[in-house]
Amino acid sequence: MPECTMIEAIRMALSRALKEDPDVIIFGEDVGIDGGVFRATDGLTQRYGASRVRDTPLSETAIAGMAVGAAAHGLRPVAEIQFTGFLYPALDQLANHASRLRNRTRGRLTCPLVLRAPYGGGIKAPEHHSESTEAMLAHIPGLRVVIPSSPARAYGLLLAAIRDPDPVVFFEPKRLYRAIREPVEDDGMALPINKAVLLREGADVTLVAWGAMITEANEAADQLAEMGISADLIDLASLKPLDRGTIRSSVEKTGRCVIVHEAPLTAGLGAEIAADLAEHCMTSLLAPIRRVTGFDTVMPYFRLEAHYMPDAARILKAVHNVMEFA
Amino acid sequence: MATRKSTKKTNVSADELKLYYREMLLIRRFEEKAGQLYGMGVIGGFCHLYIGQEAVVVGLEANSKEGDKRITSYRDHGHMLACGMDPNGVMAELAGRFDGYSAGKGGSMHMFSEEKNFYGGNGIVAAQVPLGTGLAFADKYKGSDNVTFAYFGDGAANQGQVYEAFNMAALWNLPVIYVIENNQYAMGTSQQRSTSTRDIYTRGEAFGIPGEIVDGMDVLAVRDAGEKAIKHCRSGKGPYILEIKTYRYRGHSMSDPAKYRTREEVQKVREERDPIEHVRGLLLANKYATEDDLKAIDKEIKGIVNESAEFARNSPEPDPAELWTDIYAEATA
Ligand SMILES: Cc1ncc(C[n+]2csc(CCOP(=O)(O)OP(=O)(O)O)c2C)c(N)n1
Ligand SMILES: [Mg+2]
Repeated sequence: MPECTMIEAIRMALSRALKEDPDVIIFGEDVGIDGGVFRATDGLTQRYGASRVRDTPLSETAIAGMAVGAAAHGLRPVAEIQFTGFLYPALDQLANHASRLRNRTRGRLTCPLVLRAPYGGGIKAPEHHSESTEAMLAHIPGLRVVIPSSPARAYGLLLAAIRDPDPVVFFEPKRLYRAIREPVEDDGMALPINKAVLLREGADVTLVAWGAMITEANEAADQLAEMGISADLIDLASLKPLDRGTIRSSVEKTGRCVIVHEAPLTAGLGAEIAADLAEHCMTSLLAPIRRVTGFDTVMPYFRLEAHYMPDAARILKAVHNVMEFA
Repeated sequence: MATRKSTKKTNVSADELKLYYREMLLIRRFEEKAGQLYGMGVIGGFCHLYIGQEAVVVGLEANSKEGDKRITSYRDHGHMLACGMDPNGVMAELAGRFDGYSAGKGGSMHMFSEEKNFYGGNGIVAAQVPLGTGLAFADKYKGSDNVTFAYFGDGAANQGQVYEAFNMAALWNLPVIYVIENNQYAMGTSQQRSTSTRDIYTRGEAFGIPGEIVDGMDVLAVRDAGEKAIKHCRSGKGPYILEIKTYRYRGHSMSDPAKYRTREEVQKVREERDPIEHVRGLLLANKYATEDDLKAIDKEIKGIVNESAEFARNSPEPDPAELWTDIYAEATA
């Protein structure tokens, strides 16, 4: 099986989708000739034609709005927003239209669009080029929010997102675009879009993370293993709807939970997970739930980025804290 | 455009022309240095160089007065230098250092100077257009005769918020000069492939905003057009649009696949239309300056730019505690 990076896996999935389904179209700023800021669509316009892989003007509101209209009329648009910080003008169309079309029409009209955007920090890019805004989107009923954490999951989840009948926001952890290689088979197999993935099994603590934080959590779990502490590591993969069952059953087993995300603490997705566990798993909990997150600050410029980003050391500290509790 | 001959006498004094030369050269050398420092890892984040477009800001600033405001995009180093901000503070900010204009928090795209009425440095394409319109609104409300220069690119001109701002500016007669720096490309997308109108300024007609095209490689043409636009705005006649045709020599930012235009295209502009060479030619042909005079200016500029790089390198990195400052003021009551 060929090894590839996440960016290559994404390109492979996009190419596969274009090949399989003539209704799939890709558009966004510089996705054509340039092949996208991170080259996710490199070569696709040459291969599938500029009418299917199309450069748009700099117009996020219309990119999102046209995707909704086109999807309502049977196409499967995959729109790219260059960075999550540029998503706000598109948010109007996502929140007020894409997410509600099914509900308003009692399912007669649907909105099978995918909106892809690189998200998160770790590449020294300023402010709106590094932020993690997944909670904002996960708050909107009717939208799916999906985040892969490895090349293989990027491939399978992106295919699932494109084939899904509802609007999917697909956030790609840009820090991982070229950081990991793994074997990815271009077999057209989608991964389930509503399932969290149990990446490693343990007995003492549950680590919940997504995106680039999986790498940090995994490293923390390796170090914990050396100290005789074993962890379940859950990759949420689908943030909305949330696979609550997988998280609950893990915590019922371990009795301890540490949630990791890059986004700021307050009203981050960690808060929802912690609340869910408090409501449903209280009698299993041996220690308070801990969150290791970015701070309630502006995403800092590159000199302070490392201070902002959660890392294995901070995760270890939180795990020790819950282990010491009971 | 045919190759320019820089021989004709012009309506400009030796001192003025030397000043423009000096300011354009400062921007170019500063940008070259920024590019080097980026390559060395001293500057991080993103970095969008202004090389090729120097005549735009220098020409427009020639007729600005105290109190006038300016706001632009992330391609902002030239604007800051041209309105008199300190090269040391700008370079230090690019390098993310504490002595930078934003104490190392803003970086290349997010610097401000209340003293020079520079309102950023804005990373979101076209956001500065309504922002600048608001600055003009406040000036008018306060009864001043200041004008605002709201600079944006050909790509930005396709954002909806530009036209929401145009409408309000025209409706309320606001003293804002919309400066479209048309360098023909938005990242890798050429104007022809993104924009339905050939001359972007004509979009103002729908709102009743007058405008014109200006040769942005000729600092005197920019200066003269700016003078007219400023007069229009200052006298209370409302907004004005200058579509300034210019060209960026370098990539969009420091990473650019450069697949969207040919090397020859860039080379041709550099050779035939370079705004600094143009002024240099005028200075010599009119005997406003000798080769030695120009060498002395070059040397002076080199000194300023080297000093800014030294200053940036020697400035401390922001303390991690800075993460938590300037997010809220103390809550009142
Ligand atoms: C809302 C938004 N969308 C996309 C981007 C990414 N982006 C940054 S600059 C740019 C091109 C802008 O081109 P133009 O307005 O012509 O200005 P120039 O870079 O040529 O100075 C793009 C697409 C952004 N910063 N903000
Ligand atoms: Mg441009």
